[in-house]
Amino acid sequence: MRHRRTVQGFPFRLALAGLALVGTALFMVLPALGQSSETVGTRLRYQNEEGNRVPVGGASLSVSTLDGIEIGSGVTDADGAFSTPVPGPAVYAVTIDIGTLPPGIRLREPDRITVEVEVLEGRDGRAIFSLTSGAVEMVEESGGISLRRVAQLTTEGIKLGLFLGMAAIGLSLVFGTTGLVNFAHGEMVTWGMLSAYFFNYFGLAGAFGFMAGWWPPLGDGVNLILAAVLAVLIGGLTGYLMDRWIFRPLRTRGVSLIAQMVVTIGLSILARYVFLFIFGGNLRFFRDYSAQSALQIWIIEITPKDLITVVLSVLILLGVGLFLQRTQTGKAMRAVADNRDLAESSGINVQGVIRTVWIGAGALAGLGGVFIGLAEQLSWLIGFRMLLLIFAGVVLGGLGTAYGALLGCLLVGIGIQLSTLFIPVELKNIGALVVLALVLVVRPQGILGRRERFG
Amino acid sequence: MSGNHRSDGGHPLADVEQVPGVAKPDPILVVENMRRAFGGLVAVDVDHLEIQRGIITALIGPNGAGKTTFFNLLTGFDSPDAGSVMFDGKDVQRLNSHRRAQAGMVRTFQLTKALTKLSVLENMKLGAKGQVGERFLPSLLPPLWRSQEKVIEERAHQLLERFSLHHMAEEYSGTLSGGQRKLLEMARALMAAPAVVMLDEPVAGVNPALTQSLLEHVKRLPDEGVTVIFVEHDMDVVWDISDWVVVIAEGAVIAEGVPESIGKNRAVIDAYLGSGQDVLESEEV
Amino acid sequence: MTVAAIDWGFILIQTVETSLGLEAAVYALAAVGLNIHFGYAGLLNFGQVGFVAAGAYGMGLSVTLWNLNPFLAVLVGMGFATAFALILGLPTLRLRGDYLAIVTIAAAEIIRLLARSTTLGDITRGAEGLHAFIGPFRELNPFDPGVEYGVGPFQVGGNQFFAIVLGWGVTAVALVVIWQLMRSPWGRVVKAIREDEDAARALGKNAYWYKLQALILGGVIGGLAGMVQAVGKATIQPDSFVPAYTFFFWTVLILGGVGRIWSPVVGAMVFWAMLTFFQGTLAALVNEGWIPTALMDPTQVNQIRFMLVGVGLALLMVFRPQGIFGSREEMMLDVR
Repeated sequence: MRHRRTVQGFPFRLALAGLALVGTALFMVLPALGQSSETVGTRLRYQNEEGNRVPVGGASLSVSTLDGIEIGSGVTDADGAFSTPVPGPAVYAVTIDIGTLPPGIRLREPDRITVEVEVLEGRDGRAIFSLTSGAVEMVEESGGISLRRVAQLTTEGIKLGLFLGMAAIGLSLVFGTTGLVNFAHGEMVTWGMLSAYFFNYFGLAGAFGFMAGWWPPLGDGVNLILAAVLAVLIGGLTGYLMDRWIFRPLRTRGVSLIAQMVVTIGLSILARYVFLFIFGGNLRFFRDYSAQSALQIWIIEITPKDLITVVLSVLILLGVGLFLQRTQTGKAMRAVADNRDLAESSGINVQGVIRTVWIGAGALAGLGGVFIGLAEQLSWLIGFRMLLLIFAGVVLGGLGTAYGALLGCLLVGIGIQLSTLFIPVELKNIGALVVLALVLVVRPQGILGRRERFG
Repeated sequence: MSGNHRSDGGHPLADVEQVPGVAKPDPILVVENMRRAFGGLVAVDVDHLEIQRGIITALIGPNGAGKTTFFNLLTGFDSPDAGSVMFDGKDVQRLNSHRRAQAGMVRTFQLTKALTKLSVLENMKLGAKGQVGERFLPSLLPPLWRSQEKVIEERAHQLLERFSLHHMAEEYSGTLSGGQRKLLEMARALMAAPAVVMLDEPVAGVNPALTQSLLEHVKRLPDEGVTVIFVEHDMDVVWDISDWVVVIAEGAVIAEGVPESIGKNRAVIDAYLGSGQDVLESEEV
Repeated sequence: MTVAAIDWGFILIQTVETSLGLEAAVYALAAVGLNIHFGYAGLLNFGQVGFVAAGAYGMGLSVTLWNLNPFLAVLVGMGFATAFALILGLPTLRLRGDYLAIVTIAAAEIIRLLARSTTLGDITRGAEGLHAFIGPFRELNPFDPGVEYGVGPFQVGGNQFFAIVLGWGVTAVALVVIWQLMRSPWGRVVKAIREDEDAARALGKNAYWYKLQALILGGVIGGLAGMVQAVGKATIQPDSFVPAYTFFFWTVLILGGVGRIWSPVVGAMVFWAMLTFFQGTLAALVNEGWIPTALMDPTQVNQIRFMLVGVGLALLMVFRPQGIFGSREEMMLDVR
């Protein structure tokens, strides 16, 4: 690709594309968001030698999500009480700084500096730290590996893996057909999640700011299922526009892949902070289906929404597989990914295929975002964190292969969840990234990748 | 007419039987059971091949016969699924590409790799082996490598003179024509004082006048003790300069012999006919 | 709504101050490292902030954990950056360039997450970060902390002045070293590898090893940037190493012009001048009521800055990869 560069008209289009992204997002200036009123707190007390309960003041605590995003922190008052508002129902981790406990006071179980607390709709969560002034007692190993836990974690892992895989296929196909690693793919995931959120809370037109006061379904929220469909459509449209306005012009200008990669980085930072600007740094939840009690299937607990999204993901991924395997377009995609020049010379419309891939990538990323948001919380940063896991999955499965991406993501998802049997929950994602490095040493082409010429 | 230019007149391989995989009196390269497949497609499958020291060996075959892949396997730019290469009596199969180059096997590429943002002279100096200043810490202390650099520069100038590139020494090599780049790449390979140079289509895309001078340079290499192996499509060139021809089709060696006899070889003609090319006619490039 | 006048003098002083101050020095240094990676060796390092963090934590922990003296602490910091380079480089440098990009961006984030984790809380002090390391460095300060240094309206305290001098001093040394390296045969090989790795290998150059050396060198310089920042700010906090900062360094580098010796310095000064001027103006507009707070509150001004860098990086990469002062012709020979 060494075309002569022509500048005319192009800056304009790129600027337009940027503006469109910012503009769409800025339009979504929200009317005041529904604030939840739940809090997470604790009351620190210990029993002295006389058997009286003595409050512990001045101890530092912090509350974070299970992904390690800090929500609040503070110090206990004279009654030993501490509480901080949280964004809504979920499980939170409360961590105590044992260095701030008064001398002689310690945790009965020294390893339990972090306690997980479940907050239900309309109810506050309360963490219990059991303190003692006595000598350290030996406590039996808590947690441990039971069949029940393994089964539960595997289920969670498959769920995560499916959602990651849904987002990853697009990344992998874009890479396969154009050679471009799209670092903005994570923001496409966030974009889907946030679009669904806005439709879910503000309705079809109300999501665009000033029309929020309109009657439903234009104003006020629409059901999440409809919102998700809309988010997928917007995701597809975004994918199309990214190709049409940004990457296709860059390809025809002969801009190198490295430069294009840096462009995706620029876009990802832009989008990420536009999201933060509008959405704020808080964690949020969809309006529908956020609090559900779990069903018991055999020894596994799973909420109905998780069950449905998992089944849906499997169906959609099967659909994508059939599409790639059976349809003319799908075959063309694989042909382009396999050997672009050969595909071009055998009459395949490569630009058309790439366009389709971008649309599909955007739509799948958007849907993946909705599902991830439904299973966890919504945040402006989630796409970037998912991107790193998606990379791990994609490299593990084989960069550029659709099935490899899926397989890799499933393994990463399961691996992440099972790793919590052995390592602290907050470090679980790190494990996946370490595996990524190891894979590169042992089998750089990934599980399903073909051996190319390396070094 | 064959390019046998041995001063003593006799062809070193005159007594060698002209069959695939035949043993040679003084082989510098020996290939054993080499296989490389891409997916299901077998690109190279050579049972046994010896390359005689000090002569010019041509590697020919129809398009897609696996010549370049074979070249890559010999030089360590690709690794075979099975098989080994002996170079000068030593097994080099476990050495990677730069080690093989250091050991004395230096190659050029089908698409020239003149380093366009370095000057012609810098390109040449890059070719020299064992430079003290190429190591990290010594590079920070110029007195350690200045004198060596001077010697290298001297040699680079001599070679550039010989290859008629002297007037371009200070130019970016990106300003050279395609043919000049081929010359530069060959001269740069010689800076490494190689035992074997392996030229991948040395005259592809070079204009006729320059082709002649390039070939003259190649012909002179054996006199300097350099073994030459080259891949070429232009049959005139093959007949002109080679002492020995190895024919590859569908990844395997199907014939080898002196140029005079190879054009009449039934298997070779069949292989070329099957591919729609003509072994006796030079091809348009 | 009442609207007040904007204090342009204050904004301009701020602009000049930051473009010569600690931030600019730190960014210049980090970009010098990146220039070795991308500009000279062609390596796609998308996690330079990880090297910055490795250097800072290496130095900080040496003091808080092992009570080493400041000079040894700096060496340990460089050791941390080297180790980080080896961990990243050994598996990826044999592969296509995008693998390094993927692994570096992930690894930089791993460092931040590890540093703020409660698991390592006893060592790294979690999100709060390290503070206690600063004492021994303050003792080395030849300037009087109680005195303001500077000319005219540009005045900084002694401790800050020490950090600024240190930052630009280290930058100067780094530039001299790189200048010497790049005009030596070592530099010739590195430039050759950037252009065509296969050509270099065919001439017997161990491309893998040279790329690793370049990764280490640029990483150690990035680590030094982290140490300068730590000394200047008297704190090492995990959240000052968010992934986006790597791309601030990239923007600095491309602004100045990739692959030229002075580009990181020029780029850092221009970058901070533009950013401070823009942010100062925007903040003033918000504070003085020109922009209604319903549209933007003062904390959001900082977010606009990230957006701007994102757009700027993309546009620069496409339209002015040669930097704002570079000439297009120079790039025409570039096959990249």
